[in-house]
Amino acid sequence: MNKSKLKVSDNDIVVPGELLAQGMNYLPSHGTYRLKENILSSKLGLVRIDGKVIKLIPLSGKYLPKKGDVIIGKIKDINFSGWRVETNSAYVAMLSMKDASSDYIPKGADLTKYFEVGDFILTKITNVTSQNLIDLSMKGPGLKKLNSGRIVIIDPTKVPRIIGKRGSMVSMIKNSTKCNIIVGQNGVIWIKGEPEDEYIASEAIKIIEKESHVSGLTNRINEFIKSEKVK
Amino acid sequence: MNKELKKHIEKYLNSNTRYDNRKLTEFRKVSIEPDCIKTAEGSCRVKIGKTDVLVGVKFELGKPYPDKLDQGTITVNTELLPMSSPDFEPGPPGIDAIEIARVVDRGIRESGALDMKKLCVKKGELVWIVAIDICTLNHAGNILDAAGLAAIIALKTARYPSRKGENVDYKSLTKTKLSIKKTPIPITVLKIGKHFIVDPLVEEEKVLDSRLTITTTKDKKICSLQKAGDEPLSLEDIEKMIDLALEKSEEIRKIMKK
Amino acid sequence: MSYKKRVDGRDFHELRKIEAKVGIIPNARGSAYFKIGKTEAYSSVYGPRELYPSFLQDPTKAMLRCNYNMMPFSGSGDRVRPGPSRRSKEISMVTEKALLPVLDLDSYPNTVVDVFVELSQTDAGSRCAGICAASMALADAGIVMTDLISAVSVGKVDDKIVVDLDYEEEALDAEVSDIPVAMIPSTGEITLLQMDGIIDKKTLLNALKIIKEPLLKINEIQKKALKKKFEIQGAKK
Repeated sequence: MNKSKLKVSDNDIVVPGELLAQGMNYLPSHGTYRLKENILSSKLGLVRIDGKVIKLIPLSGKYLPKKGDVIIGKIKDINFSGWRVETNSAYVAMLSMKDASSDYIPKGADLTKYFEVGDFILTKITNVTSQNLIDLSMKGPGLKKLNSGRIVIIDPTKVPRIIGKRGSMVSMIKNSTKCNIIVGQNGVIWIKGEPEDEYIASEAIKIIEKESHVSGLTNRINEFIKSEKVK
Repeated sequence: MNKELKKHIEKYLNSNTRYDNRKLTEFRKVSIEPDCIKTAEGSCRVKIGKTDVLVGVKFELGKPYPDKLDQGTITVNTELLPMSSPDFEPGPPGIDAIEIARVVDRGIRESGALDMKKLCVKKGELVWIVAIDICTLNHAGNILDAAGLAAIIALKTARYPSRKGENVDYKSLTKTKLSIKKTPIPITVLKIGKHFIVDPLVEEEKVLDSRLTITTTKDKKICSLQKAGDEPLSLEDIEKMIDLALEKSEEIRKIMKK
Repeated sequence: MSYKKRVDGRDFHELRKIEAKVGIIPNARGSAYFKIGKTEAYSSVYGPRELYPSFLQDPTKAMLRCNYNMMPFSGSGDRVRPGPSRRSKEISMVTEKALLPVLDLDSYPNTVVDVFVELSQTDAGSRCAGICAASMALADAGIVMTDLISAVSVGKVDDKIVVDLDYEEEALDAEVSDIPVAMIPSTGEITLLQMDGIIDKKTLLNALKIIKEPLLKINEIQKKALKKKFEIQGAKK
């Protein structure tokens, strides 16, 4: 009865419904659940075992908007009171006139002068309601319309890997490709540089997205950029 | 149209490159898988880069048109399946799907690729109707060229089903193939700013000024044209685009032979 | 009458050859391919995304919307007319019901998860193949779900219980019943159950017992395919 047994090890890739551990000694955490005596996975993810606690790092999924996150959004349409913004999540966010600029925007102003449909903006989530109504603001350091860059959209679960420890990964790509890169928490990435460099940076980002669960990533990315630059 | 995206795409074209690091007149990798659908009498899957298109050919028996009593018919239909892009919605074919079907249809029909008289079973009464269905699996730009190529190869692989009177027995295909005399290949050339490009990506299709699809046969005859986009074309433009299409269709023909 | 040997020579409880792949439609966040015998299903998942018209929105959870469709050339007989039919609408509905019990859609109120199932060729068992593909595509998309769903048909031909009937077997001039079944592998619970034909209670219950093992086999194939997507050639873990 008390024979607790681990059925997976750290870093294993598991799929929904997979048996992770037997017995009551282990505790289910994020991405896992208990079914009678067993712990099973409820997501596609990487196993993390922390003592008796078993959790999963998801390998894919939609972005869930969080207050305080800085994201890259795309203007979807314009209405009386502001802009509706695509957020690469399940929800469209609202940027109201009063939050769109430090200038005063009078009622009835031509809003396309600020942002047009299709524009990308670096913006901050100021509020998320229980029904996931999202408010955005452009008031804050660095928040702006993102001009003349290339947009790459990745799986939002991979954003921490693109950024790396204390920004090490994205800095490395920036330095070696001489591109300016902004990573939105929602998985939308803006790259600006020379066309060939933008291409190399975007390919490097796609490799990280695909291979983030395999160790030695920094080296592989470094080598990839070097080999591309020779071409 | 998004001005920022257009500016950015043009910046690439000005540096003689594309979003995927291609030359302006370079195709992505083309792969061809003929005869891949067991339930169709003829079929072909064509991938161009990440664009993935499936074409199937089905035979039906029916009555001929009153003005062409000794000829069978072909029908071409395109399904831009919602599975293949977040931009496609379920429902009856929209204008984009209809255009692809009609351009592919014209290429096959006008080139005389298919001997319609051979599709006649009994003059005035019974003819074969050849249905060509184009289905998209993944949309990453240039569906039309992929569909046109897959359609003509699917026709080449097609075999007549057995016939018992006015009924078709799909279980047993005969060894008789369709009589295909020409191989029309559509090539779509885009004009963006002052640049001409082939095999467009979705981003490029979004910002095109004009587009011309030119279907040609092996003997370099043009058998279908389709101009689209909001901007006009000059005669010089058209000449350049035709030359480009002829050159690219030769390349495609070489890949087909393999 | 006694059914002695299956039309295609398989053992009575043997599945047809299965092939499964994940991530085959780059545009979709989640996608999968599932082939069993000559029946071939593609599935892709979009969402959770905005749901319109808004009266369809559920403020407590995301809605699951399945769309089953046969490509025009996928039938073994005549061309299938494009567009929804009564049959495809019903299969879309039972596909939804087969998948829903394992899905946790509470985190995304007012949205929709769109699941598209496309059959490129069919030889019976298309709804089950579609459900197998769809559940893999949902997992690939990162949807929270307590388990995958595995599905296949079981049935009776004369006196024998048979697994995974193909079209020729369904059409035999014999006493044939065909029962598509979908199961939650970890609990053994059934989420799809339909039948064409005639069967008695005892045989039915026996058939549902017999089908469990083949379903677990399918589940292993689904799991393997999902993991395969993350294998990187030449790299170690």
